[in-house]
Amino acid sequence: MTNSLSVEDYRLTGRTRALGALYSRNARAVIARGLRATKSSNWMVMVSGFFEPVLYLLSMGVGLGALVGTVTGPGGSEISYAAYIAPALLAVSAMNGAVYDSTWNVFFKMNFAKLYQGMLSTSLGPLDVAIGEIFLALLRGALYATGFTAVMGVMGLITTPWALLMIPASVLIAFGFAAFGMAITSYMKTFQQMEWVNFVMLPMFLFSATFYPLSVYPQPIQVFIQALPLWHGVELLRQISAGVFTAATGVHVLYYAAMIVIGVVLTTGRLRALFLK
Amino acid sequence: MPPNLTAEPVIAARALSKHYGDFAAVDGISFEVPAGEAFGLLGPNGAGKSTTMKMIGGVSQRTSGELSILGLDPEQHGPEVRAHLGVVPQQDNLDEELRVRDNLLVYGRYFGLPMSYLKPKADELLEFAQLTEKAGAKVDSLSGGMKRRLTIARSLINEPKILLLDEPTTGLDPQARHILWDRLFRLKESGVTLILTTHYMDEAEQLCDRLVVVDKGRIMAEGSPATLIREHSTREVLELRFGSERNTTVAADLEGIGERLETLPDRVLIYAADGEAALEQVSARGLHPITSLVRRSSLEDVFLRLTGRSLVD
Repeated sequence: MTNSLSVEDYRLTGRTRALGALYSRNARAVIARGLRATKSSNWMVMVSGFFEPVLYLLSMGVGLGALVGTVTGPGGSEISYAAYIAPALLAVSAMNGAVYDSTWNVFFKMNFAKLYQGMLSTSLGPLDVAIGEIFLALLRGALYATGFTAVMGVMGLITTPWALLMIPASVLIAFGFAAFGMAITSYMKTFQQMEWVNFVMLPMFLFSATFYPLSVYPQPIQVFIQALPLWHGVELLRQISAGVFTAATGVHVLYYAAMIVIGVVLTTGRLRALFLK
Repeated sequence: MPPNLTAEPVIAARALSKHYGDFAAVDGISFEVPAGEAFGLLGPNGAGKSTTMKMIGGVSQRTSGELSILGLDPEQHGPEVRAHLGVVPQQDNLDEELRVRDNLLVYGRYFGLPMSYLKPKADELLEFAQLTEKAGAKVDSLSGGMKRRLTIARSLINEPKILLLDEPTTGLDPQARHILWDRLFRLKESGVTLILTTHYMDEAEQLCDRLVVVDKGRIMAEGSPATLIREHSTREVLELRFGSERNTTVAADLEGIGERLETLPDRVLIYAADGEAALEQVSARGLHPITSLVRRSSLEDVFLRLTGRSLVD
């Protein structure tokens, strides 16, 4: 077994490093674990997550789009209804992928599989776990976004090379939702509480100017929708898809940057409170 | 203890306490463990054993007191301290989404160990845990004993200097327990410091060089199993059963036999240097128990003496 231990083996140096108690710079081990687990068990969930927005695009964009005709896109040009809703659906799929990974998946691992308990008995710190899990959620978001953008290309909905920027922008959106979702999940104790996640997601999906412009709402409701994260994602991708960049583009990006920072800080704090109590 | 190891403690706890609100799970315990020792925490469920283990493992923050593991405070240097610990939790927390061998490899990666080291190490540990044939199996297809052995194999992937075992054999059948004890004994021989909690006195007697008896978050006694028995109990114990109704009433008639008398709901214990002689005295008083048994004193008796309660409720 182990070779016999000597005196020196029993003394540690105690290097002091920033965040040394929380972070061992090894989030990649958490990521590698996730990939291996996906390979053996979770891939069906991933496939279904990809097809959902594609099906929406076909039914609403192509089917309903035949009735709607053209609409006014960003920058004032007339575009097909499918081209109008496609970037919005991409934002939704980035949100859904990230939220699934960071809420249900994390909830299960935290409370039932005791996965994090095992990880935190090793050199890993809570920050390694948080970064690793969020990265996995992002990777999934990036895969979905790439696939969906390809579908848009095939359907002739991409008219400018700028549209390729939708992929990194989707990752940004996924990052915001993943970081925030994980922080919220760490407060959840029961499946009933987890249902609240769906309760928030569905109306946000339907009403965040996904299928029609914000201007249909009265002013107070417009303000409320504009405060929600998905609206910023929808608008950001819609602008990028048309290659139209304004000051609002910067605001949308900043909104997600803030969401990411708050989410990561909260998540690390919560993981510490939960597992290193 | 292997002679090449220093006498300086690898674990030192001073007035260590952990409170949850008003409840003191661990209430000011102090102990030291030298390198290479097998050190046990013996006590009933809820005594504070697991909480102590979590603090040593750096996954639970103490309320007060001092704790040093390998010369470092686990709260300040969690990842570095844990790099040298092996942890076997009370309940197996194997990764059910991964296969048996992958459990070892992935866990090793958590320590940042390279695959070139991990692959042969994983095979060696599967051999050690007698799970070589199960290398490609799913975790949920394993029996309880196999899962436990895999958990222990996993805890050894980083060649830990200190192995923390929280109730390592609870729920295992006798054969599985003996296999495990044998493996733990080999580890001890190779110089690994073992810290284990148990509520099985035979486990403590088999494995521990030294132990503390813990109850309600406090240390009641400390010493080697033999010393504790010598100090807190007699050489032999006479166990008498008169039937559950009569034990209490008969107890009065047994006064004066042996050094001490303990009445439990199901039996009466007479502590005496010579159990057979005590049994003769019982017969001489015209008392006829349904069953009688003379045995050596055990840690169970020490615990009963110290706390007034039996170990396994």
